[in-house]
Order: sequence, then C-alpha cells, then structure tokens
Amino acid sequence: MALERSEVEKIAHLARLGLNEADIPGTTETLNNILGLIDQMQAVNTDGIEPLAHPLEATQRLRADLVTEVNQREAYQAIAPAVENGLYLVPKVIE
Amino acid sequence: MYQLTLAEIARGLADKQFSAEELTRSLLARIQQLDPQLNSFITITEELALEQAKAADARRAGGESGALLGAPIGHKDLFCTQNVLTSCGSKILTGFKAPYNATVVEKLASAGTVTLGKLNMDEFAMGSANESSHYGAVKNPWDLTRVPGGSSGGSAAAVAARLLPAATGTDTGGSIRQPAALTNLTGIKPTYGRVSRWGMIAYASSLDQGGPLARTAEDCALMLQAMAGFDAKDSTSVEQPVDDYLAALSQPLNGLRIGLPKEYFGTGLDARIGEKVMAVVEELKKLGATVKEISLPNMQHAIPAYYVIAPAEASSNLSRFDGVRFGYRCENPVNLEDLYKRSRGEGFGAEVKRRIMVGTYALSAGYYDAYYLKAQKIRRLIKNDFVAAFNDVDVILGPTTPNLAWKLGEKNNDPVAAYLEDIYTITANLAGIPGLSMPAGFVDGLPVGVQLLAPYFQEGRLLNVAHQYQQVTDWHTQAPAGF
Repeated sequence: MALERSEVEKIAHLARLGLNEADIPGTTETLNNILGLIDQMQAVNTDGIEPLAHPLEATQRLRADLVTEVNQREAYQAIAPAVENGLYLVPKVIE
Repeated sequence: MYQLTLAEIARGLADKQFSAEELTRSLLARIQQLDPQLNSFITITEELALEQAKAADARRAGGESGALLGAPIGHKDLFCTQNVLTSCGSKILTGFKAPYNATVVEKLASAGTVTLGKLNMDEFAMGSANESSHYGAVKNPWDLTRVPGGSSGGSAAAVAARLLPAATGTDTGGSIRQPAALTNLTGIKPTYGRVSRWGMIAYASSLDQGGPLARTAEDCALMLQAMAGFDAKDSTSVEQPVDDYLAALSQPLNGLRIGLPKEYFGTGLDARIGEKVMAVVEELKKLGATVKEISLPNMQHAIPAYYVIAPAEASSNLSRFDGVRFGYRCENPVNLEDLYKRSRGEGFGAEVKRRIMVGTYALSAGYYDAYYLKAQKIRRLIKNDFVAAFNDVDVILGPTTPNLAWKLGEKNNDPVAAYLEDIYTITANLAGIPGLSMPAGFVDGLPVGVQLLAPYFQEGRLLNVAHQYQQVTDWHTQAPAGF
C-alpha cells in the first residue's frame, strides 16, 4: 500500500514537522521505500505469539512517595529560547 | 604517549612516568593537530579536561589509586555534560548546554576520567555512516574517503586515530559494534538495562544501551566496570550486581562452546569478511573452544521489525524538541503551531524527519496492530531464537558487518540500502542481549570486525573471549597510517 502525497502531509502534520513544498515528492518516495521494507513483516506467521515490549520483561519499578527533586527552574530556563518572569514564552494562544 | 592503552596509562600514572596533566596536554595538542582531517569532535573541552587532570593528579598525590584515575576519554555527544554543549549531532539542540550530567558521565568522572571532548555522531544516533550529523560527516582514519560507521562514528574515529584511548558510545541497532568493526576497535553493547540511560538522550528507549569503544578488550572491561550498575533514575535499569569484568578476562577458553549461525554466513556477506571470521574461529579452537553450526531462523525479519519499533519510539521521544524549552527555535513564529512545525522542520535533518514520520505513521490510528504490535511479536520470535541457541552454546560468533567501510556519500540517496548494513547487529538490541565486536584482520587495508553475542548479563564472557583472542593475535594493535 503506497502513501499518497496527502497522507504524507497528514503524517507531517501529526508529527508537527514543517516540510518544504519541494521536499514532499522525494519524502513520499523514500517513505514508500521504507514501508516496502517494513511490509515484509506481514509474511511472518506470528499466530499465538505474545508481543515483547521489554527484552527482560521487567515491570515498572515503584518508589516511595517522597520528594526527591528540588526546584531547578533557573538552571532549566537559562537555556530556553525565550522566558520572562519564570515563564516560557510562546506566541499568543488565546486571543 | 598517544599510543598507550588505558591499562598502560594506568601503569604509567601509577609509576609516575607522566602526570595526568602532561598526558592531557599532549592529547589535546594531538587532537588540535589531527582532528581537522577526521571531524570526530564536536566540542573540545580543554578547560574541563585540564581541571579534571589536575584534580586526578591531586587525588593520586593524596594516595588514591584507581584504574581510570587520570585516564583521558571522550563522550559521544548524546551524553548530557553539565554546562557543555550536548548536541546529539543535531541543529535542533543548538546552544543546549545540559543542566546536568548523565549518570554515565558522572560515574566515569568520579572514577577520575578526564573528558577531552564531545564526539560527533549521526543525528540522534540515526545512521550507520556518521554522515547525518549537523556538524558534518566523520572520516574513517583507515581511509579518509570512507565512512567510519555510525552512529558512534566520532567515538570510533577518535579512538582509532589515537586521539583518545577510549570513548563512550551508544548502540540501538549496532551503533557501537559496527563503527568498532569498521575502524579496528573493540566495542561492547551491554545487556539492556546494564548501563544507565539517565541523561543519555533517547532514540529508541527499549533498544538504546550505552557502552565503551576502545582498542582492547581489557580497556573495554575497565570502562564498562565504571559505567555499569543500577541507577534509580533510569526506570529500566536492572537491579543486579555488576560482575568483575577484569577478573573474567583471564579465564581460559578451554571447553568454550561457540555457535556459528548459518544465517550469518549466507547471501549478502562479503566472502572476504567471511574468511577472516573463520580464521578467528580457527584461532579460538586452538585455545580450546569447540564449534557447532546453529540457526537463528528469524534473523531476516529483524530489520523490518526494527524499522518499526525504533522509529515508533523515536517519534514519541523526539516530540520533546519543540522549540519552547531548549534548543533551536525558528525566527518569528506566527502562532504556536507554526513555532512547532518550523522549529522541528528546520531543526531536524532529513533522516531524523524520515524516522519520525515512519514512527508517527506506524503508531497512528488504525495501524498500530499491523505495525507496532506485529513488530513486537517478531521481536519475541527473535528473542526465542537466541534463548534456544544458548541452550547449546556459550557464545555466538559471526561477522559484525556484511561489508567493509563504504565510500562517503555512497549510500546517502538510498536509506533502505543503508538500513540493510545493520543485519547482523540489530537482533542483539531487539533481544536485549550483550554483543561485542573485535578486530579480525584486514581486507584491502580496511578493518574487519567479528561479533560475539552472549546470554543476558554475560558481558564478562564476551570480554574474556575477546581478551584471550587478543593475547594470541595482533590485529587490534594495528594503527592507521598517518595516525
């Protein structure tokens, strides 16, 4: 099943990736080549096989409900593109 | 001094033949002189290095000892280093001076290592050639017109060129073992969960594992001993004591059962590499090993499964790079969506965007069962193959790569062709078992690597086999001309 240009545009939107108009045909072709490779999976018989999410099948470790982190807002915001009064700045969301 | 291994450096420092500061200054000068040919460093941390070297000398003068006290190393540029650029080879992390150290960085620093710099890599560790870095391609010191492998290509090139005795790397589908093979190094990918992933910028979280690249198995043992161990900050870190890897090195190989998977020697393998691998087998037999043919029937399905699981996890992990909290932000965004889309569109390179899109598609509504779930079922088949094989053999041996280092640019226009280069390495990541690559000779002047795989947590066994092989051969001591 080959992806159409419109589907590639939709995937890019879902991933919040801005694509240049000129790159879309090439991207579509490459993605279809990769999906062709991936589709080889469908020939494998996996009836009755449980999916494996974690190599050691470990379960999530729990910790005591204690405060372990200290506030490091200044250190973290020192590397942000735009901050003001301790807040991250983005373009206006609500008019 | 630049030719010394970590083990030799430890002896030299202990015997006061030189100080850590002298060694550091000498290597920094060598890096300045030679790295322009290779492009293996993204950042040279001269100030930090001299500070750490002086501190190591002071600790030694105060009576401390330690195998890595004063040892110069470099870190792949996806290990967070406090107040030092951590770029992941990407434009999107422009200006990202990490606010904290990765656990691996912290552990190696407390062992007394001296960080000479941050090493080039494929962008977000996605690649097998180190050509997708925003900071430019890395060259293979064995032939400057060829790739060093990837994604830990800067780590491999720097160590192979004797700019550093050892470096950290990460391996999601072969990114330690494949560059080690293509540059005549020893590199080990530990069991999933053995080395902490805290502060190691994620590509595919269920596959990523940190490990060392060095010139000998002994040096890999020294590095891994310091890197491994439980870390409460990594939710998939394993609570199990770390073996004594140095003690394991000297075990005789008498009675070692080696499995040769027939699937590793079939179509697609450069026959000249196959011959070198079989020569290693003969040498190991002389050391007392026995050999039998085995089968890993699902190996061929590993690449399609990997190229679902890794991109799917990457598409989720890389959603954090949004131009808001750190890194690159586009100019004059008109609204929030424009900010996200242009920051990410301009900040990520082509291969990263491809993998994010493949992963987004595989996880999108209606496709989950056909892609991600199917891939996870194949993942279990691959694990089951290994579990069955290890009932009969102690280690599995085969080529690390199907081909020699290729020419820069040769596979740039065909991502699928490049993906196929990972055929022998990605199964270990899918199954989570440890794997090691070691030098096995040369074809046309280019290094060949042999890969060893072992059951979970048997890193010591892999290092043992490689070390014993390196006691009776000298491939690993060969240096590239001009370095």
